[in-house]
Amino acid sequence: MSVEPFIGLSALLFTIGAVGVLVRRNAIVVFMCVELMLNACNLAFVTFARAHGNLDGQVAAFFVMVVAAAEVVVGLAIIVSIFRTRRSASVDDASLLKL
Amino acid sequence: MSAVSVLAAPMAPSPIDAPDIDYATISPLLIVLGVAVAGVLVEAFVPRAYRFVTQVVVAVVGLVAAFGATVWVATDLPEVGGDVPARGGPTAMGALSVDGPAVFTWGMLLLFGVLGVLLFAERRLDGGLSAFTSQASTPPGSTDERRATQLRIEHSEVFPLAVFALGGMMFFATANDLLAMFVALEVLSLPLYLMCGLARRRRLLSQEAAMKYFLLGAFSSAFFLYGIALTYGYAGSFDLGEISTAVSNRIGGENLLLAGMALIMVGLLFKVAAVPFHAWTPDVYQGAPTPVTAFMAAGTKAAAFVAMLRIFYVAFDGARWDWTPVVWGVAIVTMLFGAVVSIAQTDVKRMLAYSSIAHAGFVLVGLAGVVTGTGLTSLSAILFYLLAYGVAVIGAFAVVMLVRDAGGETTHLGRWAGLGKESPLLAIAFTLFLLSFAGIPLTGGFISKWSVFAAAWEGGAWPLVVVGVVASAIALFFYVRVVVLLFFAAPQGDGPTVAVPSPLTSSVVVVAAAVTIVLGVLPGPVLELVQQVGAFVR
Repeated sequence: MSVEPFIGLSALLFTIGAVGVLVRRNAIVVFMCVELMLNACNLAFVTFARAHGNLDGQVAAFFVMVVAAAEVVVGLAIIVSIFRTRRSASVDDASLLKL
Repeated sequence: MSAVSVLAAPMAPSPIDAPDIDYATISPLLIVLGVAVAGVLVEAFVPRAYRFVTQVVVAVVGLVAAFGATVWVATDLPEVGGDVPARGGPTAMGALSVDGPAVFTWGMLLLFGVLGVLLFAERRLDGGLSAFTSQASTPPGSTDERRATQLRIEHSEVFPLAVFALGGMMFFATANDLLAMFVALEVLSLPLYLMCGLARRRRLLSQEAAMKYFLLGAFSSAFFLYGIALTYGYAGSFDLGEISTAVSNRIGGENLLLAGMALIMVGLLFKVAAVPFHAWTPDVYQGAPTPVTAFMAAGTKAAAFVAMLRIFYVAFDGARWDWTPVVWGVAIVTMLFGAVVSIAQTDVKRMLAYSSIAHAGFVLVGLAGVVTGTGLTSLSAILFYLLAYGVAVIGAFAVVMLVRDAGGETTHLGRWAGLGKESPLLAIAFTLFLLSFAGIPLTGGFISKWSVFAAAWEGGAWPLVVVGVVASAIALFFYVRVVVLLFFAAPQGDGPTVAVPSPLTSSVVVVAAAVTIVLGVLPGPVLELVQQVGAFVR
């Protein structure tokens, strides 16, 4: 079985995530899009692990999951503290810092 | 190949060999991470009244011990035979490469770390309270926040967080494996995101800075990770040495390699704040608590540039003709943009942020002109540059902490007019740091700029050097304008107030000024040291 369809799917997911980060306005949704990008990376890792016949890529996928979990903790802490202050999680509202 | 052959490989009871880890060689890294864990335990078990002081003592003593261990490791590094002088080598199953550049970077980062922790510990400027919010979970301006301030609750967690970030930086500069590099990148970034949101004054700005830094940082690290995935797809390994072999032999699909290199570069250029990935820098530098800005500006830049050098000089050396043009373009745009836009700034912290963008461009000049071998290589020039810049930037932000009014730090440049009359010593120190940024002779900045440009010239990147000199001239105009403002402009109203700092901040300013002068007047020993570290070992 060829790896191209899997890599194509992973690239598609990555692109959807990247576009989502750029166009969505809610910080939580932006963050979910980043997670989608990380999962696209995981798909690429396991596909290449299969193609190369070694386990490095599969181990990498586990590391990425752990890192993503840690990132969720930090990210939600920051977003919740902003939400408590502003009653909004829109990234457009946070615009005090300008030239 | 079927999935069965990979996943359910014959389950012969082969003994599992324990990984070969040279604990003595990586002891500085282990000490720093151990100190961070000890800080978390202090947070849990020490009574609140003693917690802050205990944290400061644990962090400073631990970092000094790690510095001692670094010196000991450095003296013991074995020479490696080869056509290029080098010392040390990979350990921990090839995940880390404890070589000359890595050990030098450890020492440099530990110096930045100690200076940063001393700034974090400053409590005399704000009525006996630190620069960090009493309780980050309370909304700004709420009664809960006021009560927490009255009870003198403090976030002493910033010390373990800073030490974790420092451990991540040291790990990042040492990692010899793309996966280890990704983990290190996150270990250094996650605590920094949190620390950015902890300012006591102007908390809305601080929280906004934290969110922007976090979202953009996570976005860029996803690019970095996809680049790693594609490079793994190309080479079949995460090890930089094996990737280098694959790149030299040009195995596999060229497009996979090019895309992987480009995405990895995006992630690294974001961390060093190069145009066009610089958008977070001014906002985060301005919004974050000033001690955190000082620590981050010096440490992140140093760690990320060493990691970048390692990836591009070790793993992608065989594809140099593919990445050099990109580095040229980014370096030119970054230098000119940073220098020109800093002219328009009215806020001291934003100005220093744009200056840091311009400096990222100058370092990229050194990266583009590749010189290896003996004498002044690109690598040694850049290591010297990162040291001189980091010390000066910590000193400059320490000065920013001291110029205050009723609302905390006053960072508007107009309010700084007449600082020379109010506090001549502080104004002279700030002038010294600015002159070092500008690259005026007799400061560390001059020698570092000269050595980077000399290496780039020798490496054939002379057009970049010309642009670099032009950008330096533009930046010089601006720095001199600030110096004139400090000493010769009439103060607005009753002029700036300079808070009397505790010995902690004063000593940071004095040490930073002394190192800046020594690196400018007597650069010999340090220049010799960076030339002796040798090349990266894979």
